[in-house]
Amino acid sequence: MKTLVIYLMAEPETPELARAAVDGGADVIELGFPYSDPLADGPVIRRAGERALARGMRTKQCLDVLARTRELVGDGPPLIPMTYASLYEAYGWDRLTGDIHAHGGTSMIVADLPAGEQPHLKRVQMVAPTSTDERIELAGAQTDGWLYLVAVTGTTGARDGVSPVLPGLVERARRLAPQTRLYAGFGISTPEHARGAAQLADGIAVGSRAVQVAEEGPERLREYVATLRAALDSST
Amino acid sequence: MPDFGGYGGRYVPETLIPALDELDRAWSEAREDPQFVAELHHLATTYVGRPSPLTLIERFAPDKQIYLKREDLNHTGAHKINNAVGQALLAQRLGKRRIVAETGAGQHGVATATVCARFGFECIVYMGIEDMRRQKPNVERMGLLGAEVRGVDFGTKTLKEATSEAIRDWITNVETTHYLIGSCVGPAPYPDLVGELQSVIGREAREQFLAAADALPEAVVACVGGGSNAIGLFRGFVDDVGVRLVGVEAAGAASLGTGRVGVLHGARSSILADDDGQVADAHSISAGLDYPGVGPEHAFLRDAGRAEYRTATDADALQAFADLARTEGIIPALEPAHALARARDLDAELILVGLSGRGDKDLAEVLAHL
Repeated sequence: MKTLVIYLMAEPETPELARAAVDGGADVIELGFPYSDPLADGPVIRRAGERALARGMRTKQCLDVLARTRELVGDGPPLIPMTYASLYEAYGWDRLTGDIHAHGGTSMIVADLPAGEQPHLKRVQMVAPTSTDERIELAGAQTDGWLYLVAVTGTTGARDGVSPVLPGLVERARRLAPQTRLYAGFGISTPEHARGAAQLADGIAVGSRAVQVAEEGPERLREYVATLRAALDSST
Repeated sequence: MPDFGGYGGRYVPETLIPALDELDRAWSEAREDPQFVAELHHLATTYVGRPSPLTLIERFAPDKQIYLKREDLNHTGAHKINNAVGQALLAQRLGKRRIVAETGAGQHGVATATVCARFGFECIVYMGIEDMRRQKPNVERMGLLGAEVRGVDFGTKTLKEATSEAIRDWITNVETTHYLIGSCVGPAPYPDLVGELQSVIGREAREQFLAAADALPEAVVACVGGGSNAIGLFRGFVDDVGVRLVGVEAAGAASLGTGRVGVLHGARSSILADDDGQVADAHSISAGLDYPGVGPEHAFLRDAGRAEYRTATDADALQAFADLARTEGIIPALEPAHALARARDLDAELILVGLSGRGDKDLAEVLAHL
C-alpha cells in the first residue's frame, strides 16, 4: 500500500480541510507554518503563506490549528508541521519541537535545515537529486520514519510530467538508506504523476495543487485527494 | 570555514548543499593558487582601476581630517565590482556559464552584468520593481550590458524579495548556474568569500592612510546594508585594536541596531523580524541599504565589541549627499552618504570613510527630495 501525503497551509479552516483530505484517502498531513521568505517554495505555496501571514497566522496560531486538526482527524494520521528555521530560532528550537508534539504533531520538516545540522532534532530529512551518496546516507541515518525525496531540482510547484531524475534518486536512496520508506514530493499534481511516482517510491507528497484545490473547500479537496488515492491504489 | 560566533551557517534547502560544498572547495583552492591570484590582480588593476585613491577632504567637516577611500572611482562606480570580478573568475573555474544575481540599488547588478559581458556569461539579475523605479539608470545599464533584468513584484518588491527569487532560480538551475551574491550575506561560504574579495579595500586603505597621514585613523566609518564594503574596509584594520570600526545603518533598516537573532537567506544573523521570526520590512531612501538582514560577520563583530554600529536617517543622508557635492565636488551614492553623516559628528578627528559608490544612480531620487 502506497502512502499519500497531502500538504496544507495552516489557516483557520485547515482542520476541516485536513479531515476532508483524510476522508479522501490521505495517510499523512503536512501542515505548513507560513514563513515570510520561503526559499524552497514556488509561487503557489509562497502566496498561500503570504495570505496566511496577512491573516495573523503566527507560530502560536499554527500550533492551535495543529491541535484542532488532531482532534478532527483522530489519533491515526501522522501530522507533520513543515516550516523554516527562522520560526524555530525565534521560538526556541527545543521548545517548538516540544510544543509541536504536545499539540498533536508526529514529526516535523524544516525545509532549510539540511541533514547534519542540529542532529538532535529528530525530523523527516529531505534528499534531492543533487545530493551526494554521502549525504543520502547521512539523511537516511538521521531521518524520522521516512525520507522525503525532493523529486526535482527546484522549488515546490506543479510540473508537466513525472521528473526524469526521480528514478535515479530512488535507486540511490534504496541502496544507501535500505531500511527507510521513501516518499517523493515536489512537482507531483495529477493522478498520472501520482501513479508514475508511486511505481518508484513508497509514497508521494502533493503540496501546491492540494493548496489550490483546498481554496475551493473541503468537499472539492476530498474529491481531488480521492482521485490521487485511486491512482496510487492502481499502481501496486 | 570561519565561525562567526554562531552566526552564519547554511540554512538552505538540501538541493544547494552540494553546490555550496563545491564552491567552498573551489574557493579554498583558488585563493592558494598563484595563477588565480595573479589573474584577479591583473583584472583589478587593468579593468577595475585599482588601487582606488585616498582623498583628504577639508571643507566638508573643517574641524576634522576625513579621508575618503574612493571606491566610487572604480569601473562601474562602486565597490561591487571587486566581488563580481572575483566570483566571475571562480565561476569560470567551476565551468558555470550562467550567472544569477540579486540587486537593490542596481550597483551589484551592473557589476555582475559587466563581468558577464567581459567573460561571455549569460546573466540574469533579479530586482524588485520598486527598486527598478528608484534606480532606473542602472536598469538601463544592465540591459545595455546584455543582462536580463527580471522584476520581482511581490512582497516588499525590493532587495529582500529579489534575493529570495535569485536563490530560487539557483535551486532550479544549480547544475549550470553560479549565484553571484552581492554582499557578505547568504549561506557559507559566501559571507567569507565576499568579505575576502572586498578586503582589498581595507588593505589598500591602510597602506595609503599610513603614507598620507603618517598614522592610523582613529576611526574607520562605512555604511552597512548587507555590509560588504564595510567588511572589506574593516578587515584591513580589525587587528589594529586602537582603530575604532564604525558601521552606519539606515535608521529604518538597522538590522544590527534594532534587530534580533534570526535566519534569512541562508544565514543566522541579526535581522529585522517580529517575535515569531517573520522578517520585517526595512525602509530606506537608499535602495542599497533597504534590507532587513546583514552579514553574519558584522553580528559577530558587534557582539565581540570590536565594531560599533550607528544609524543615519534619510534626512541625514540627503544632507550629507548635498554637502559633499557642494564642498568637495564629489557626488556620493546615498549609501555612503549615511557614513558621511555620522563621520562628521563622530567624537574623533582623524577618520577614514569608505566612499563605496558614486551618486549618479541616485540623482532622480535625491532631486525629488531636496
